[in-house]
Parts: sequence; C-alpha cells; structure tokens
Amino acid sequence: MKSLEELKAIREKTKAEISLRDDKHDYRIVVGMATCGIAAGARPVMHAFVEELSKRKLTNAAVTMTGCMGMCRLEPIVEVIDQEGNKVTYVKMTPEKAVRVVTDHIVNGKIVTEYTVGAVTD
Amino acid sequence: MQIYRAHVLICGGTGCTSSGSIGLMDEFEKCIKEANIENEIKIVKTGCFGLCAEGPIVVIYPEGCMYCRVTKEDIMEIVEEHLVKGRIVKRLLEGADAPEVDTDAEQTDFFKKQFRIALRNCGKINPESIEEYIAEDGYMALGKVLTEMTPEDVIQTILDSGLRGRGGAGFPTGRKWEFARRSVSDQKYVCCNADEGDPGAFMDRSILEGDPHVVLEAMAIAGYAIGANKGYIYVRAEYPIAVQRLKTAIKQAKEYGLLGDNIFGTDFSFDIELVLGAGAFVCGEETALMTSIEGMRGEPRPRPPFPAVKGLWQKPTILNNVETYANIPVIINKGPEWFKQIGTEKSRGTKVFAVGGKIKNTGLVEIPMGTTLREVVYEIGGGIPGGKKFKAAQTGGPSGGCIPASLIDTPIDYDSLIKIGSMMGSGGLIVMDEDTCMVDIAKFFLEFTVEESCGKCPPCRIGTKRMYDILEKITNGNGELSDIDDLYELAEGIQSSALCGLGQTAPNPILSTLQYFKDEYIAHVVEKRCPAGVCKSLLRYRIIADKCRGCSLCARHCPANCISGEIKKPYVIDESKCIKCGVCMEKCKFDAVVRE
Repeated sequence: MKSLEELKAIREKTKAEISLRDDKHDYRIVVGMATCGIAAGARPVMHAFVEELSKRKLTNAAVTMTGCMGMCRLEPIVEVIDQEGNKVTYVKMTPEKAVRVVTDHIVNGKIVTEYTVGAVTD
Repeated sequence: MQIYRAHVLICGGTGCTSSGSIGLMDEFEKCIKEANIENEIKIVKTGCFGLCAEGPIVVIYPEGCMYCRVTKEDIMEIVEEHLVKGRIVKRLLEGADAPEVDTDAEQTDFFKKQFRIALRNCGKINPESIEEYIAEDGYMALGKVLTEMTPEDVIQTILDSGLRGRGGAGFPTGRKWEFARRSVSDQKYVCCNADEGDPGAFMDRSILEGDPHVVLEAMAIAGYAIGANKGYIYVRAEYPIAVQRLKTAIKQAKEYGLLGDNIFGTDFSFDIELVLGAGAFVCGEETALMTSIEGMRGEPRPRPPFPAVKGLWQKPTILNNVETYANIPVIINKGPEWFKQIGTEKSRGTKVFAVGGKIKNTGLVEIPMGTTLREVVYEIGGGIPGGKKFKAAQTGGPSGGCIPASLIDTPIDYDSLIKIGSMMGSGGLIVMDEDTCMVDIAKFFLEFTVEESCGKCPPCRIGTKRMYDILEKITNGNGELSDIDDLYELAEGIQSSALCGLGQTAPNPILSTLQYFKDEYIAHVVEKRCPAGVCKSLLRYRIIADKCRGCSLCARHCPANCISGEIKKPYVIDESKCIKCGVCMEKCKFDAVVRE
C-alpha cells in the first residue's frame, strides 16, 4: 500500500459488492417470481436487472422477488418502489425493457410510462 | 465485478459454530445450486451477530431479516421460499411467536436499543476478507493518521474523545498513550490484551472473530502515536477461531502493505506478532501478561514502574484491550466530537456486554454508556424466563460485584457502578433470579480466584483461600456470626496488600453481596437456612402426610432409595440418606413434598 488513493480504490470497488447489506436503497426492484411469472420469463428479466446494475456499478437499488399479484396475464411484472413507498408497476417485461428501466428510472428518476400497467391495459 | 441480488450471511462465531453453523454453509451451497440460482446469491461467513441464544443465525440481505435456530432441514425451505419466491419464512424469524413479527432484524427489541461501534462490522462483513473491511472504511484511519496527522495530534484526538479503557479499570486511553509517547527509548511496544478470562465474558472473542482487522489497524495507529514499530497480541489459545482469523488478517495486511515497512509510502513501519496464552487468568493482568510474552511464568510485578515507562523487556509499552482498540479507527475517522455525543459525560461511547445467566436473550449487546440495567435486562434482554423475579445482576466477573433489584435503574457507566460497589469490568453481565443464593454466588467467584491466584503474594494466595473456607463453612451450615466479621477483616487486608488487580479485587464479590444481601448470610449462619434453596447442606425435604396420597411416584424416582411407605398411605423420607436432589418434589403431583 503506497498511497491513500490505492486504498480508496479498493474501498470503492468492494463497497459496491457489499452495499446490498446497507439498509439505504433508493429503490427496491421487486420481480414477480411465482409460477406464472417464471413461465412468462421473469427469470431472464431479473438477471437483466442484476447484470445491468452491476455493469453500471449502481448500488442504490436492490433486486428482490415476490409472488403472484393476480395479474398473471401481464407477467413478467416488476415493481419499482422508492424510499417513500411510491410504487411503479411495469408489466410484460423483457430483458431489453429491464435495461431501459434501469437507465431511465433508476439512474435518471424518469418513469418509463409506456411499460407501466396503465399504458398496457388501456 | 459480480453483483449478487441477495447475500446470505451465516454466523461463523464460536457460539453459532458450536451449534452447527458451518454445516449450514455447505447445505446452503447445495440447495442454491439445486434451485439453479447460484449466480445470484452470495454466501458469506461472518462474525457474531450477538443473539447467541438463538443460534445458529442466518441473515439475508437486502431484506435484513434474521433467521434463528436454523437447522439443515430448514434450508431448503429458506431457499425455495425466500430466495426463489421472495417470501420470508416467518416461523424462523427472531421473536416469531409474537403477534407482529418484524422481518427486519434491526427493528427487533434486541437490536433497537443497541448502538454498535466496537461491533459495527461483526455480523456484517466477512472477517476473512480484508477487502470487505476496507469497504467499510477499514484502514482509512491509519492512512489519515500517517499522511495528515502528527503523533501528538493522534493522542490529542483520543484524549478529546474521552475514551477510557474497556478492559475494566477505565483508565483514559489517551493518557496512557501520552505517557508512553513521552518516555524516551530506542524501542517501544504496543500490546493488545486478548486474554479474556472472566467467566461468561466473550466480547473480545467476538470482535476478534468478527472483525480482526480493526485491532490490527488500531494497534498500528497506536504504534505511530507512541513511536513503536512492533506490536504483540496476547490471545488465549482457547480461542481457536479468533487465533486463526487473526493469522489470516495479519497475512492479508502484510500482503497489502498495511503492515510491514513504509506503510502508505511513509517512513512508518509496523509489525504484529501473535502470542498464545496458556489459560492462566492472571495473565490478563498487564504486568503478568508482559512477563508471559517475555517467555517467563506469568506472574505480576509491582507497579510503579508502570508499563508506559518500563514494560515489555523493560521498554516503554502500552497495553490496551481488544474492545478499546475497536473504538480507535472510528474515533479517528468520525472525530472526537462525534464520539463524545454518545454516552455520559464521564463515560463516553458504548460498552459491549456479554449477557448471560437467567435471561431470555443470552448474547452480546453493545449499548451507549448510561443505559440503565433495566433496559438491558427487560428490553434488550427480553426479561427473565419462566416468570421468575429479577434478583440481581453481576458485573465485572470475579473482580466485580452485584447490582440488586432495588438499583435496577442505575445507569451503566464506570462511575455509577463503582459508586454502588460493583464495577464495569471487561463486560460480563450475569443475570440472577430469585432461585440464586448470593452466598453461593460469592463462593463461586472466590473458588475461581483461589484457583487462578498465581501464588506470588501471600495476601492473595492465602487470603482468598481463607475467605473461601469461611464461605464453605457458612454454606455447609457451620457458620458463626464472627465469620462475617472475619470476612470483612480479610477483605480489607487483601484489598490493601495484594500485589496485583487479581488479588486486590478478589474480595469484591463478597463485599458487594454482604452489602446488599447481608440478611441471606445471616439466614445461613443463624437460622441455618438457605432462602433461595440452593445450599444443599441447609435443605430439608419432607412429605406432608395430609397431602400425600401414597402413589409411590416419588419413591420410584428417588435415586437414593430413601423414600419408603405403603401404597395409599403417606410416604416418609429418610433424611439421613437423602441427597437433596429434589426429584421427589418435582415428580409429586399433589404438592405433598416441601423443601424447608
């Protein structure tokens, strides 16, 4: 260890890996992973979220799973919940759509309206 | 970089290891593979979470929920329900029998009132990964000290923080460092006292097991502050997991150049060596510890000269306890002002207690100084099991004293505890209920000191043995009132003339039980009766003829075959043969057996 900068570099790198254990996440990304969700392709969607967050070194969002919400025809369903509990429900998700949700919603705070439940069912 | 969506933290501390947590790790790996999610879940072995009574403990993030008493059979359910479907397995959560179950461990009563400084990384990081320690600001304090501060600045910071030694006596840490800094010598040493020997105390072990790097970092900071380039950690050989993690940590720190020569490109060099203790309690005393490191029999020597002037190999030395060191890096990083806000005016910061005895949540808790004993026992500790009454708490182990129920609202800090005749000690806190005999407790601690006295000075070698003999006489029912006076006289003599802390404090358990529970001593001596029903020689079991239905249940269970009688007629206990085990009383369905 020759300098403080070297130490800081290691800190930043590992911090991203273990930030999941902090309580403070700006967003929780909840993927519906009941039978209906998995059958509709929820697993690759979840992988896409995890990979995209990892690629962008984002640590302000945690990916978790949940069961069936009852709207099986709209699966894979993903909810993005912010710290105040405001919930956005994205439906008929794909891995490509997941990437867009990360870039627009998680990074820039802009909801991707056309993927939300309101836009699709109307 | 691989990011996982969930982390499974399995406690690898001594408590949970002995209840089988290591086997859980393999089972988790197997089940996660079966569920085909091994690329999404990270399994981490951590240090102690503190709730040892409920072990083995598994914590899953990001939810932060804590599963208790996890068995191999539970794991498939946790994987399928929680990790695959996102449904928390409520029956395994802490306090699962309560109507409202908190899924976030930090919101439970056990954790809510705690404030973790020394234990901040325990149960959160993998103790065998230096990178995880660095991610939690590890070694940043060392870097800051070496590149931005003078040794005098460091000492001033510690002085300003008000940090006092966590090993028991509560001497201001900064002052100790200042003395050693001022001593002129070609060689100085930094030592760490990890020879934790109080019965029931295990906070130092948990820190070493859960966060070993914090001790290394703090020792290097201390080395820079006093001008030493060599450190020794004196750790009990009975702590195999702690020893192994320290070895791993020292190796990693050397590889990263955080120990060794020219740390952070400065001209400061520091190296640490482990020395294993062979299990003598007296080696926790500072001069005996240093004598033991020197390779001699662990015996104390008179002070002064104090170690800060002449310590290890006659060179200026500082010796701090593990928990004290665990506070140092945080104080450097966050500043003394931050630290001073926690605790009370004369006792800054927090204290870790190993809570044991008659209490629901046995384990490790860290509380701000000034928290009352009531909060520890009833809120964090979950109260006394079996609806029994709180009688007293013992702090400070064989050197400390007891706090009776009438003083349960005493704030826990150095000076308040001294004032009521106990002491902070290293952090053992044993809770006693109404079934505990205070004379017996005093005898238990005296027996410990008699065995652990090194024998160098007569007051301790002979005096503690004499006190023990008197207690034995009293509990056997042969005590006289003059024995109590003799106890006072002996105590005073030993306190003022023993060579080291072990002897000087040995009478404390007797003095404090005499102070608050003298009536129990009197009952033993005058009435030949043990009010708590513990001292066997003073007990008598009798069958009340009116209540006995003659069912013969007691006679059939009596291991000494001393109960006889005819079916359907009252039975009788032959007291000359009775061993006073109490089985008859336990088995009787008609409450016909009484203990007197």
